Amino acid sequence: MAKIRKNDKREMPALNTSSLPDIIFMLLFFFMSVTSLKEVSYRVDIADKMPKVTELTKLEKKSLVRHIYVGKPIQQYVKQWGTDTRIQLDDQFAEVKDIGEYIINERAAMDAAAEKNPALAGQSAKLQVSIKADKETKMGIITDIKQELRRVYALKISYAATQRPLGLD
Amino acid sequence: MAKKIPQINASSMADISFLLLIFFLVTTSMDVNKGLVRRLPPPAPEKQEKTNVDINKRNLLVVRINSKNDVYYRDGSMEMGDLEKINSLDELRALVKEFIVNPKNKSHYPKLVTEVITSSNEKENKAFEEFGEVEYTKDHIISVQNDVDTQYQAYLDVQNELVAAYNQVREEFSLSKFGRHFKDLTDMEQKFVQKVYPQKISEAEPKNYN
Repeated sequence: MAKIRKNDKREMPALNTSSLPDIIFMLLFFFMSVTSLKEVSYRVDIADKMPKVTELTKLEKKSLVRHIYVGKPIQQYVKQWGTDTRIQLDDQFAEVKDIGEYIINERAAMDAAAEKNPALAGQSAKLQVSIKADKETKMGIITDIKQELRRVYALKISYAATQRPLGLD
Repeated sequence: MAKKIPQINASSMADISFLLLIFFLVTTSMDVNKGLVRRLPPPAPEKQEKTNVDINKRNLLVVRINSKNDVYYRDGSMEMGDLEKINSLDELRALVKEFIVNPKNKSHYPKLVTEVITSSNEKENKAFEEFGEVEYTKDHIISVQNDVDTQYQAYLDVQNELVAAYNQVREEFSLSKFGRHFKDLTDMEQKFVQKVYPQKISEAEPKNYN
């Protein structure tokens, strides 16, 4: 004789969440390995303004690349720095003439690191400069930067750009 | 009866790792560094007299972008001051490809020669010898010139077309010589193809012209 029980207060069994931390840790490690620390906080506005091209090359190891940012200052700096195109090195605004010194300093820092760690020897010669510029920038300032880089023998350069879908202009 | 070790309450572990995860998400960025890689010429010695490097006229292709982002070119068939306008980037790519390969052996494009490729590296030299003679153009150079007011995007568009032209030329050469795509070639074969059609894009000195 079947007995149909109504009003049965069956409690929902507690979910076993003991593997949750493991899953989250896995996610964490995944993100740690595929991402990298932000280089700097941009003071010039280039976030979505990089030029678009189709034939991109991946750059060398991150430790060998130094960046030069070129663009108009972001909103909070407009008051102080105006709306003209500016150069940013590391976390500061800079002039074209500062670039030479910056590269020389970076090379010296790499050499100093190489003294402590022989595995890094000769890295300063492989230094690569990535020019990250707003696509609206005039070539005048880019040419000035290139001349300054030539002066300090930083000859390996790259014009940073993002991928443009093929077939679109 | 043995005393039981009290279990550690690990329920907050998930929260802690979530916090860490979110911290990393915020402070890191995904963007990979990509771009068009170029090599600048070393600085010209100040005291040295300006020697005009004698480039055979037929080996030089000048691509010039003016302040209105219009693209012009000059090849061996034109006089020094003359420039011809290029209307689209596709046209530029076709022109550059024809200039590099010169399939019809035109007299105002680099001369076609048939010979064995040599290399200063002994190992490469030997391998190249085995690949045999190839018909190719020698000593071409593409000079990109721009105006002060040229837009960066326009400049990179042109640079991009040049690289695209080179990639296509190398791809076609790989297919005809080895019957495989360039990316499927061995390292030595890739070096060989690059030696036959080296990327020679000159980042010219700034010039002021109107």
